[in-house]
Amino acid sequence: MEYKAFLIKYAEIGTKGKNRYVFEEVLCKRISEHVAGLGEFSIRREYGRIFLEAESAYDYEDLTTELKKVFGIVGICPIVVEEHVEFEAIKSRAVSYMQECYGGQALTFKVNARRTNKAFPMHSMELNSEIGHFVLEALPGMSVDVHTPDVMLHIEVRDRVYIYSETIKGAGGLPVGTNGKAMLLLSGGIDSPVAGYMISKRGVELEAVYFNAPPYTSERAKQKVIDLAKIVAGYAGHIRLHIVNFTDIQLAIYEKCPHAELTIIMRRYMMKIAQHLAGENQCQALITGESIGQVASQTMHSLACTNEVCTMPVFRPCIGMDKQEIVDISEQIGTYETSIQPYEDCCTIFVAKHPVTKPVLDVIKRSEAKLDDVIDELMEKALGSVEVVDI
Amino acid sequence: MEVYFDNAATTKVLPEVKDIMIKTMEEEYGNPSSMHRKGVEAEHYLKRTREIISRQLKCEPKELIFTSGGTEANNLALIGIAMANRRAGNHIITTKIEHASVINTVLYLEEQGFRVTFLHVDANGKVDMNHLREVLDEETILVSVMAVNNEIGAVEPLEEIASEIVKYNKEHGKNIVFHVDAIQAFGKRLIYPKRIGIGALSMSGHKIHGPKGSGALFVDSAVKLQPILYGGGQEKGRRSGTENTTAIAGFGKAVEVMYERLNENVTKMEAVKQKLIMGATAIEGVTDNSGESPHIASLSFRGVKSEVLLHALEEKGICVSAGSACASNHPAVSGVLKAIGLDKDLLDSTLRFSFCEQNTVEEAEYTVKALEELLPNLRRFTRK
Repeated sequence: MEYKAFLIKYAEIGTKGKNRYVFEEVLCKRISEHVAGLGEFSIRREYGRIFLEAESAYDYEDLTTELKKVFGIVGICPIVVEEHVEFEAIKSRAVSYMQECYGGQALTFKVNARRTNKAFPMHSMELNSEIGHFVLEALPGMSVDVHTPDVMLHIEVRDRVYIYSETIKGAGGLPVGTNGKAMLLLSGGIDSPVAGYMISKRGVELEAVYFNAPPYTSERAKQKVIDLAKIVAGYAGHIRLHIVNFTDIQLAIYEKCPHAELTIIMRRYMMKIAQHLAGENQCQALITGESIGQVASQTMHSLACTNEVCTMPVFRPCIGMDKQEIVDISEQIGTYETSIQPYEDCCTIFVAKHPVTKPVLDVIKRSEAKLDDVIDELMEKALGSVEVVDI
Repeated sequence: MEVYFDNAATTKVLPEVKDIMIKTMEEEYGNPSSMHRKGVEAEHYLKRTREIISRQLKCEPKELIFTSGGTEANNLALIGIAMANRRAGNHIITTKIEHASVINTVLYLEEQGFRVTFLHVDANGKVDMNHLREVLDEETILVSVMAVNNEIGAVEPLEEIASEIVKYNKEHGKNIVFHVDAIQAFGKRLIYPKRIGIGALSMSGHKIHGPKGSGALFVDSAVKLQPILYGGGQEKGRRSGTENTTAIAGFGKAVEVMYERLNENVTKMEAVKQKLIMGATAIEGVTDNSGESPHIASLSFRGVKSEVLLHALEEKGICVSAGSACASNHPAVSGVLKAIGLDKDLLDSTLRFSFCEQNTVEEAEYTVKALEELLPNLRRFTRK
């Protein structure tokens, strides 16, 4: 079956009251960004749904794959459009549609007609039974089941007639750009891209920050993070990636502070830098991929200690998830393969064999005081040399 | 200053190589198998490269098979000879320090039912001749030893090995084939396979300023070989697939130029190598593992992780390899360094510097200076 048009359904937007118009507008914009490059399409709002029609040749797989990445969409229905709003035309179109999709199969079906065009003389119940009758006649394998049909044949009579039976599940969530902006701390690992994806799904625009530590990390580790940001941007749209040279700060901590506290102190400075960049770039929150107890720096004590430097809200969508659950999402969104490439990031190089798991804030602060004479200058230098990559 | 000391990984294409390649793409772009004029023009390049290489190896032009590079040449030699000589026996001998394209190919053959022996090497990376004598047996059909090791530059005693095999063949009425992976040697030293009893020899173009994707295998006309690629019957049925005339033309030009300037090139590389080794080993905790080949220096830096030093040198514009670049995606430590019995603490602290005739003594001096500057700093920050 070759489809020229799609009905796109959204859910939560419908509940947003007066803002609904804005949400729909944004969703249309996001859809048109996603499908750009796949062909010519017209996109318009229509009775609480979005109608997308191809105006040039396009590839069905490519288009639906792309639409499945647009947050805010709950369902994508490939539809057949009948221009003539009259029974004979609707009947033969519906029968040929069923023939082409399900011909020769033994399935149950139900017709679900909706008439919003009151100029059409038959009402919905009549249409249901009439169309059902002709389908039964034309497709001998089919039978009717009004409770749990295998196939639900939708017929919508508007100023044109839409016929469809398939709904492709969309990404859900809210369209990106309807809920502010946040700064994602992106490492090369499995968790942070997932965290970015999950927050972005709630309509949040993303920026990202990566802490680079040359020569202890390689150009390839940086490229890996850029690649991950690109995959996440496939859902979240444009991402501005800030690459911070963290080497000198890391070495200063390594030299002056107790080794077991290195990671905690390091993470506190990362948060400070991320928060600074977030503020400069109109972000309202930070996002991390932390999950309680996953590693020493993510125990409850460690998280509390790290969080203490933040005044902005920090969102940690993976916080209650098991590793496997995070891995499952990363596989589903396509970041896993990239995340497991074996390039060291700055967190793994200087890691202590036995890092503290129950850091005490006062103790950490006392250790940090040893950096007093150098840290301001180092922070300034790091913030002054941020490399920006627009993805 | 930009210093490219990674010529054992790959080299820059020479201008004259590039020119001839462009000609085969823009003007004489025919398929050598075509019957018309365009085909004949293209075939001319194959013929010419075959002549150039055969002149250097002192073999017949028809004993050369063009391949997609060194890896394919090694695969074709090992699989092709092993399969064609199955009836004569199933024992293959190679060494512990071969390139991955030999090691992994013989491991594949092992899975196919062949028995494989890996020869020991001494502290300098030289094949243990006694071990070879011990393991040659009635079932042996193939011995494969590299000419120059790609990680440390050890030069293997090919003549000695060959005469041992020739002797064994005579005494036992056998036809054991001696294959040589000469990828790091070809274009940098003279090898006459037929004169010393080498039955097959692999070469690569991009290690000597030719294009990537070019290579060749010499196979003595007396050696039986089964193809590994089937199709249109090119290369006398031994390697099907439309000949890559562009790469082959560039390869031939590179070989021509490299052998014309062979002695001069060796002198230049030797000077750079000595300068670097002398300067670097004067620094505390730096030791030398290099073999005789003029284009490879292997140095160990106690207390420094090779990857970190590599990236620190990179920041100063100096490109080198940790282990060999071909294996750099595997974080596992080098098999070669282990085989020569290098101190365990140095396995992950060793870099390869590899040269070509375009490198200068000044570049070596600059590198030594960079090492003098970097090492004390990096040693301050090693894993606690």
